Amino acid sequence: MDPTVLTVESTRVAIQEKQFSATALVEALHARIERDDTHAWLTHPPERALAQAAAIDKLADKGGPLPPLAGVPIGIKDVILTRGLRTTAGSKVLQHFFPPYDATAVARLEAAGAIVMGKTNCDEFAMGSSNENSAYGVVKNPHDKARVPGGSSGGSAAAVANGTAVAALGSDTGGSIRQPAAFCGIVGLMPSYGRVSRYGLIAFASSLDRIGPMTRSVKDAALILQHIAGHDPLDSTCANVPVPDYAAEIGKPVKGLKVGVPKEYFAEGLDDDVRASVEAATEKIHQLGCEVVPISLPHTKYAIPTYYVLATAEASSNLARYDGVRYGFRIKDAKTLTEMYRRTRDEGFGYEVKRRIMLGTYVLSAGYYDAYYLKAQRVRTLLSRDFDAAFAKVDAIVTPTTPTAAFKLGEKAENPLAMYLADIYTVTGNLAGVPAIAVPCGKTKTGLPIGLQIFARRFDEPTLLRLGHAYEHARGAF
Amino acid sequence: MKVKEKDVQHVAALANLELTAEESMRMLQDLNAVLDHIDMLNEVDTANVAPMAFVAADITALRSDETRASLPRDEALSNAPEAGMADGRRAFFKVPKVIER
Repeated sequence: MDPTVLTVESTRVAIQEKQFSATALVEALHARIERDDTHAWLTHPPERALAQAAAIDKLADKGGPLPPLAGVPIGIKDVILTRGLRTTAGSKVLQHFFPPYDATAVARLEAAGAIVMGKTNCDEFAMGSSNENSAYGVVKNPHDKARVPGGSSGGSAAAVANGTAVAALGSDTGGSIRQPAAFCGIVGLMPSYGRVSRYGLIAFASSLDRIGPMTRSVKDAALILQHIAGHDPLDSTCANVPVPDYAAEIGKPVKGLKVGVPKEYFAEGLDDDVRASVEAATEKIHQLGCEVVPISLPHTKYAIPTYYVLATAEASSNLARYDGVRYGFRIKDAKTLTEMYRRTRDEGFGYEVKRRIMLGTYVLSAGYYDAYYLKAQRVRTLLSRDFDAAFAKVDAIVTPTTPTAAFKLGEKAENPLAMYLADIYTVTGNLAGVPAIAVPCGKTKTGLPIGLQIFARRFDEPTLLRLGHAYEHARGAF
Repeated sequence: MKVKEKDVQHVAALANLELTAEESMRMLQDLNAVLDHIDMLNEVDTANVAPMAFVAADITALRSDETRASLPRDEALSNAPEAGMADGRRAFFKVPKVIER
């Protein structure tokens, strides 16, 4: 058993055919997690994983067909609730929080046979692009331990890349699934807004947040999405739209698809190696019989300022709940309620979280609401219309996922704006509500992974996955 | 500089944050740097553009108004930093005194 090359299907087949048991797999991976030197995992008690593995092994012993995700070891980003399994959101304020219920996505994965291995490290409240904002320490990139794994789902990306999980769940508010996937050389899928239930996701910016899979192949992303997608009465923002058979969809031909290449994503600031790799990938897509056409998404350069107004405004509201009353950390010996709120939040939150709460509160405050918040909402309309206009002409859009490969630990820690600009190609998809996937497309001269990004129309994950899958096969191994 | 020291204190109070002197100084610089960048939104003509709060006009938030099972009270209170008891179970959240007599 080589856990670094297992996929969703090969895991299930191996357990079915008794090449190894689910229990042996969990034990092997747990030992790997204990030795993990990238700090991808925060909480990983073996009990829950072993209980699920025993249930799968019992089914395998009976010889009947196994559920579709049987025995697949999965890491859950620590902003997604797991019943009885400590969930911190990478924050000191939730250091001792034990959720009383499971997120819908987690419950659905387990019902399909997947094994929850534990909770993966992340930036505090998913706020960051490097995983350096975790209250529990940085994650290191498995490809180069002096570099960041990306963020905020850095632990999930590192776990899939370093062979301590076969797949993981991440969350994406401005690029937090796709950017770490690109930095760690794996696949990261951000589904359409409303495609996957967010019940049990610790909220950062509710008009932008999504849950999605992080995997070793596009097909694995499709197989995981199959089970987490679909209506959930517990989440009123989850759409009641039928879920296609994604595995069947990805086998369909891509010949004749129109694929747009937006010039704004290849402008100043794009690293030469990343540009060359993404251009080669685009040529590969052309060779597959797709019609590649230049397009324009003219408001792209306004995406970062728009995002940082709207995301921080929503965060300032969502994070008001961490006040030491109902759950989480509470300061001792406060004399008054107000003193308790303030000192609890001061001690409980890290600096980046405070900075975003401050910015969000400022842009919503009297006298600034129209100039910042409403203005950003209007520009969001224009950014969204850019995508509508493009998708009237093309079926998919290909871009780099990030302007550079993984940067060094500490390189951008002191400069918030430089860090925010790491998300320049990803935030647009969150603002417009469309799905996007990061697929590995090469390496820099120094051996760091590079990710191709594909966008599709809202709820058109079939085209997204089909094109990603076809490209992945045409690309071959590297 | 858009944001002044007194603005930092005001916004911190609105957000129920207590910043140290050092944090306030750093926050002042950071907020001004980010707001300068955000100012580029003023280049965009949005005169006849409606604001977009939410992507999904097609998502219905309505459901039938029926009583459903919910978490038992003591489980919902299981993470409370301080809870009051009734009949041997956690029954309410406790906070410092709100009203002075």
